Amino acid sequence: MTPAAPGPLLLGVRHHGPGSARAVRAALDAAGPRAVLVEGPPEGDALLDLAADPGMRPPVALLAHAADDPGRAAFWPLADFSPEWVAVRWAQEAGVPVRFIDLPAAHTLAAAGEPEGERDSGARDSVRLDPVRLDPLAVLAETAGYDDPERWWEDVVEHRGTPGERYDPLGAFEALGEAMGALREAYGDGGHSRDLIREAHMRQRMRAARREFGDAYAVVCGAWHVPALRAKTTVAADKALLTGLPKVKVETTWVPWTHRRLARAGGYGAGIASPGWYAHLFAAPDRPVERWLTKVAGLLREEDRQVSPAHVIEAVRLAGTLAALRGRPLAGLTETLEAVRAVMCDGSDIPLALIEDRLVVGDVLGEVPDAAPAVPLMRDLTRQQRSLRLKAEAQDRELELDLRKDTDAAKSLLLHRLRLLGVDWGTPTASRGSTGTFRETWRLRWEPELSVRVAEAGIWGTTVLAAATARAEADAAGARELGEVTALAERCLLAGLSDALPAVLRALADRAALDTDVARLAKALPALARSLRYGDVRGTDAAALGTVASGLAERICVALPPACAAGLDADAAAELREHVDGVHGAVGLLADADEGLRDRWSAVLRTLASRDTVPGLIRGRAARLLLDDGRLPGEETARLMGLALSPAASPADAAGWIEGFAGGGSGGGTLLVHDERLLGLIDAWLTGVPERAFTDVLPLLRRTFGAYEPGVKRTLGELVRRGPGAPPAATGPGAAPEGFAPELDPARADAVVDLVRLLLGAAPGSEPAAPG
Amino acid sequence: MTMPETNTGTEALRPHAEDAFAHELKALEAADDRPRPARWKLSPWAVATYLLGGELPDGTVVTPKYVGPRRIVEVAVTTLATDRALLLLGVPGTAKTWVSEHLAAAVSGDSTLLVQGTAGTPEEAIRYGWNYARLLAHGPSREALVPSPVMRAMAEGMTARVEELTRIPADVQDSLITVLSEKTLPIPELGDEVQAVRGFNLIATANDRDRGVNELSSALRRRFNTVVLPLPATADAEVDIVARRVDQMGRALDLPAAPEGLEEIRRVVTVFRELRDGVTDDGRTKVKSPSGTLSTAEAISVVTGGLALAAHFGDGVLRPSDVAAGILGAVVRDPAADKVVWQEYLEAVVRERDGWKDFYRACREVTP
Repeated sequence: MTPAAPGPLLLGVRHHGPGSARAVRAALDAAGPRAVLVEGPPEGDALLDLAADPGMRPPVALLAHAADDPGRAAFWPLADFSPEWVAVRWAQEAGVPVRFIDLPAAHTLAAAGEPEGERDSGARDSVRLDPVRLDPLAVLAETAGYDDPERWWEDVVEHRGTPGERYDPLGAFEALGEAMGALREAYGDGGHSRDLIREAHMRQRMRAARREFGDAYAVVCGAWHVPALRAKTTVAADKALLTGLPKVKVETTWVPWTHRRLARAGGYGAGIASPGWYAHLFAAPDRPVERWLTKVAGLLREEDRQVSPAHVIEAVRLAGTLAALRGRPLAGLTETLEAVRAVMCDGSDIPLALIEDRLVVGDVLGEVPDAAPAVPLMRDLTRQQRSLRLKAEAQDRELELDLRKDTDAAKSLLLHRLRLLGVDWGTPTASRGSTGTFRETWRLRWEPELSVRVAEAGIWGTTVLAAATARAEADAAGARELGEVTALAERCLLAGLSDALPAVLRALADRAALDTDVARLAKALPALARSLRYGDVRGTDAAALGTVASGLAERICVALPPACAAGLDADAAAELREHVDGVHGAVGLLADADEGLRDRWSAVLRTLASRDTVPGLIRGRAARLLLDDGRLPGEETARLMGLALSPAASPADAAGWIEGFAGGGSGGGTLLVHDERLLGLIDAWLTGVPERAFTDVLPLLRRTFGAYEPGVKRTLGELVRRGPGAPPAATGPGAAPEGFAPELDPARADAVVDLVRLLLGAAPGSEPAAPG
Repeated sequence: MTMPETNTGTEALRPHAEDAFAHELKALEAADDRPRPARWKLSPWAVATYLLGGELPDGTVVTPKYVGPRRIVEVAVTTLATDRALLLLGVPGTAKTWVSEHLAAAVSGDSTLLVQGTAGTPEEAIRYGWNYARLLAHGPSREALVPSPVMRAMAEGMTARVEELTRIPADVQDSLITVLSEKTLPIPELGDEVQAVRGFNLIATANDRDRGVNELSSALRRRFNTVVLPLPATADAEVDIVARRVDQMGRALDLPAAPEGLEEIRRVVTVFRELRDGVTDDGRTKVKSPSGTLSTAEAISVVTGGLALAAHFGDGVLRPSDVAAGILGAVVRDPAADKVVWQEYLEAVVRERDGWKDFYRACREVTP
């Protein structure tokens, strides 16, 4: 027991300070209390046994959330080097009781929920209750002549108690307690009025402990609270402070945490900038600076930088001397990093950024035993993760799925459903090899905050499937724009949420009716048509989807021509041309369901192809699509091309027309090979382009013709060299081939129709689509 | 900034650092009770204070010599204290030479042991040469040897300086390797050597921007601790640096101090920063960057030149017309491309700016 201050052992610490942690352990070893009280929510008491579980690996956080609103949550992160964690573990090893004594989360969460009137349950604006109070330290540090409170604490406390130099384990805490006492006298509650309530509760719990253990217990809490806990107050006064506090029902559990989350930059950060460095300080048995710089050298070598032991030696010397120059007892993080920069990195900040990321913060993910209570949704997720053999890992991992396999398809469904729930464990990425529709590539990365998201998503349902369905329906109802709903519809299909689809489709039809932007409509259609065509819809009402898609297509047919004629620049034209292609493909897929649609679409294309105000790119594209469908006779094609390429047309527009008509990738080259009339037109236009304009259109033409296959390019070259007057070698659509009459003889042609039908397997008698 | 000039009697155009700031060094030496490395005039702490500025217990104000991150000076001084050689790296005009001179002055009390690196720097400049008359008359001996600054520094335990290390041909650069790793300089002609005594160290400066540099071999690079001197982080810091240096140089050149000049200095710095960064200070407009480096050092010389103009041909007040020609000369290095850059900048940025009308007119006048 402390001879100087009778009463319980009060250990004021800095949260997540490795020096504090060491000192706490030494002090507990020296004093041997019969019970340990730790700052933390008492609801966590029931979970403390799990801390001793071999499956528990810090960093972890104690999560408390309102039972009816998992989005309202608070976290108490604990790392290996957190004094609180050390105290808990010490008590468990010594076999003495350990308890949390802070104000119950039931009150803090209730209070935190009050001022916010309206809460968006989808957003992750969980209340952050950070128990760390660093500000008082700034005052102490300033008094001691330090500009950085962290550095002061490091020098005064953290760098003490390194093995070899034995301090009085309790002396530091006493001195610190006194300093804090002086501070609290000067500053009162320091603007944290809630602290008074928390401290009242802590005192109450201490009184309970005194009844049980006498004075032979220890309290581990933030240094700031020590004077308040030592203060003599009456039971009645404390009780008065604690009555009438709002209260919610709270559930608690352990969640895995990472160093990144502990770091200041993280969303639920614990306010420490260098968890990796602290973990190192705590774990290193001796010579922390030497070991740290050796670690840095190892990392740099892994990254193929030449770093020799001589470098490490020089860096250690520089860091030590720098610390001496600054009057510090031991080189800290700043000194070592500056030494690394000057000695190992040639003064450059780039390798240093790597060190900051990988070592100073670090990539450590904690683990929580399976026995930890989980939110129901989390339990369902864990079950599925196990049955699908998908492990939650902090590292990035690529996952290739072949959807023809049952397990892979189930994995895909799970990941898609989680994405709908805002749990972005996997993000779809572009497949590297195959582009088949049965392949999916995912990048998996489990961030600890995903556990939080799962907890938040718990309000939607108790299983992943039910929650995702409910969430999709709600999202569809709340969506404002068409794009959101179409994306949602596709995601529903991918996630196999057939129950949600009707609601989503209804919303989709409503939004499509109101949306005026044809580009958005056009973007939405292909996805719908695809889903319909490839049977992604498992047992859904396909007819409903088809109706929605057709309605969408109709709207596009109406809106597209004016949109294309509205003075578009090159980029907008290129974008619309993509949409035209997309819609054309979609209409082709939808045509089975609605034959009239194809005709209407052709009419739209014809309008586009012949309207002068439409950019050349789109005109050319429309002409080509019509030609491919057999709805534009060869004569007409040649006429359109002749118009587009006539001298009056600007060269840039004409080049755009060619790009649209014969652009690479759409078989345009083959078309030109087989139809010399078109080739001749292009050739004549090209030779007629003025020299000045030629350089302007050259890049576009290069793009058009450069994409052709080598064989096509060669044949084209030969054709052009031979000249336009030579006899045609092949025939194109519309041109009368050698030995044939200029017009078809209908009687003779009809004779073969039946045979062709037989070959194609179509029912005899049905009228094929009339060629235009 | 009213500081008595101690010119040690001579009429030096540019007095050495240890002469110009002799009284500061003396006061620091008197106040300094911390341990000093062997043959150091001051403790590392006092050296850092000398460079960064501060007030001593006896009331002496030490002017800041280097305006920039504190840690850079601390790492530099510490490097010298650990007997590792120091390499100051940075784009032109980031006060590399300035820092190196003051470090040498504060550590050894002598900043003159200097090797200026050029493309023609011979090995003799780093090792030793011969007094040929004596060599022929008496044969090889220590008396016939002409020591280089580096050799003298080694023998006397002083700080040697090598300026523009990357300008020196690679084979000559590498003659430093033995000096820095073995701390000895062999003289095979005499079967002798010069061993460095405690206190010897070497500061090299190099710039990583200029064309025609000889990259350091990795063997040599390993022997240095590298400190990169950054460009001033903020416009205010840069204005401060320019004003301070202009003031010091102006006094050496007997130019009148220009209290109203600060506005013009700010303008010059703004122009330089905007052209250098390729974006205006408000972050709204992109501008093209010229080929020149537009360093702080150039801004200083533009302002000094302007001050001289104002003092001798004007009314003594720094006006836009005094700096316009200087700016033009600094910006337009490449007559074709840079001129377009400059004119674009004038028309797009300067003309629109409030209160810059005089400056715009002045620039238009000098721009051909």
